[in-house]
Amino acid sequence: MADPYIIYIPQDSAACSVGANEVAEVIVQNARSAGIDVKIIRTGSRGAYWLEPLVEIEANGKRLGYGPVTTANVAALFESRFYEGGENALCIGIVDEHPFFARQERLTFARCGIIDPLDLDAYRRHGGLKGLEKAATMTSEAIVEEMIESGLRGRGGAGFPAGIKWKTALAQSSDQKFICANADEGDSGTFADRMIMEGDPFALIEGMIIAGFATGAEHGLIYLRSEYPAALRIMTNAITAFEDVGLLGENIADSGRAFSIELRRGAGAYICGEETSMLESLEGKRGEVRVKPPIPAIKGLFGKPTIVNNVLTLAAVPFILAEGATAYRNYGMGRSRGTQPFQLAGNIKRGGLVEKAFGVTLRELIEEFGGGSFTGRPLRAVQVGGPLGAYLTADELDLPMDYEAFVDAGAMLGHGGVVVFDDSVDMARQAEFSMTFCAEESCGKCTPCRIGAVRGAETISKIRNGENIAANVALLTDLCEIMTDGSLCAMGGLTPMPVLSALEKFPEDFDIPDARKRATP
Amino acid sequence: MNAESDLTERTRALCRAQASRPDALIEILHDIQEEAGFIPRETIPVLAEELNLSRADVHGVASFYHDFRDAPPDGPIVKLCRGEACQAMGCDTLAEALEISPPESDGVKSVIETVYCLGNCALGPAAMVSGQLIGRANKENISDALNKTATRKLNGANG
Repeated sequence: MADPYIIYIPQDSAACSVGANEVAEVIVQNARSAGIDVKIIRTGSRGAYWLEPLVEIEANGKRLGYGPVTTANVAALFESRFYEGGENALCIGIVDEHPFFARQERLTFARCGIIDPLDLDAYRRHGGLKGLEKAATMTSEAIVEEMIESGLRGRGGAGFPAGIKWKTALAQSSDQKFICANADEGDSGTFADRMIMEGDPFALIEGMIIAGFATGAEHGLIYLRSEYPAALRIMTNAITAFEDVGLLGENIADSGRAFSIELRRGAGAYICGEETSMLESLEGKRGEVRVKPPIPAIKGLFGKPTIVNNVLTLAAVPFILAEGATAYRNYGMGRSRGTQPFQLAGNIKRGGLVEKAFGVTLRELIEEFGGGSFTGRPLRAVQVGGPLGAYLTADELDLPMDYEAFVDAGAMLGHGGVVVFDDSVDMARQAEFSMTFCAEESCGKCTPCRIGAVRGAETISKIRNGENIAANVALLTDLCEIMTDGSLCAMGGLTPMPVLSALEKFPEDFDIPDARKRATP
Repeated sequence: MNAESDLTERTRALCRAQASRPDALIEILHDIQEEAGFIPRETIPVLAEELNLSRADVHGVASFYHDFRDAPPDGPIVKLCRGEACQAMGCDTLAEALEISPPESDGVKSVIETVYCLGNCALGPAAMVSGQLIGRANKENISDALNKTATRKLNGANG
């Protein structure tokens, strides 16, 4: 009997949010009634969300894509014998050669969307575990050295050199140390952590084990937000899969070292993405931020030395160990080394994940990859780096994606989220939202954030209503200064960034009291 | 056995499944809410005793996190993302429309709940019904998702 036709369909939750499960069901039904032997492999998403559900088949060793597929056009796909690579209006050709993918540099996301996320053999065939096996033969000091050499900086937003953090934790003598993966991806406009956890969870686990080897930590925790139930399911199974073959537990890969991982759910608090608040939450407490110093690498979870790294930071580690620090640091610009999974979101035609070396410009991302606004209207503002990131204007798109270039422009790269707004946006309303969001999500520990955000929202509301605009703008600017200088953590400290950037760059939206009455598309 | 002692026993069992570790409090609260639909007030002293915490500690945690509710919801929950990426795709207009006439499931009006980011920012506006993510959300596909959940429950599958 001939081999079945293999059909790849994503099970990524965003792909399923536009019908991937239903499409898979109808494909199976059609195949059955036509007597065609097919094997469905559910993968993660490649990240071209505008093409989802993206169905792929294998022909002559290449993956051919069809998308976006709806249940309504499955019958036509079968008529054109898509399972053999037949021509159809939905065919996008060889997926790797499609313009959206061909120019990407996928190091961290090399396997995402390509393999069954829980197939350990497929993971190994696609380069997985090479990093871990290499690390198993190295001393902790040598692993840390490799990490420093790679230039990898924390992908959660702060951009602190990961190797230095690891070195600090390694230098502590303690009976216990921890590795915490921060999977509390709360920034609007970001979904890369979710994608990797749903599409290539082994990469995160492998990175955590290597971090354990490097620092002497034997226990890891993943703090996973409750808004990601699918990621929780897949991560749970992925940990079990590693345990079953002895890749978690005692004497991993004959290294004589032990490591275990526990999953913990968040509970809907944005602030718990802040590392010290996350540690409190992992201890079962209210997610109130801690005063730093001491830094977690010295005194973290339960007072023990703790590495807190973002999911993307840890998922980048296996590549660095497998291919060497130089291979990684050869990508990028200035002090921003390697690649960043950028996320194109909001009002954008071709939204999704673009992994590219640092140095790509915002314009290339938004125009060449993203294809401009979804509505087709002119782009007016872009918020980079989540709810605490600055708003940029259409004139600032030539800015290179680089930590320092962004700081110089009064902005921040954050977790790599790019949210596009068209010309219907009311920037005074956006500024008010930033303050409202901060008031809603503040942990309440420090006054500038707890009270400042409430007063900030009130003041912007007054400005929008045309009350004493000049005086209230002065008051708002003053308040922002206090929040920036006086808050304990980035939540209160950075909320002024979107507020002030909106105020400075879009003053017309603050002067016209009825600006909010602008027509929405 | 009355209902209250059942709840007490069940709460104790959920604690012991986590070895009564105080750091597992949030996990246990999730477990309670999954079973009961909310965190009944009566569970607070039981949790405190079982985990060796004060009642204030437990109440403090249960009230800090947005996920935990202290009363059963009035209807099936529709989580609607109101983050910036979804704002750029008109979630505020959708929210207004949903609040004026909430979609129903089995004749019960749904409860529209605000969340900030569901990780579906390239396919906004995003919503979630029973853990199922909805992209390019509108009244129709939210209604469909609610109906599907109701059907699944009727068939005895997990909701």
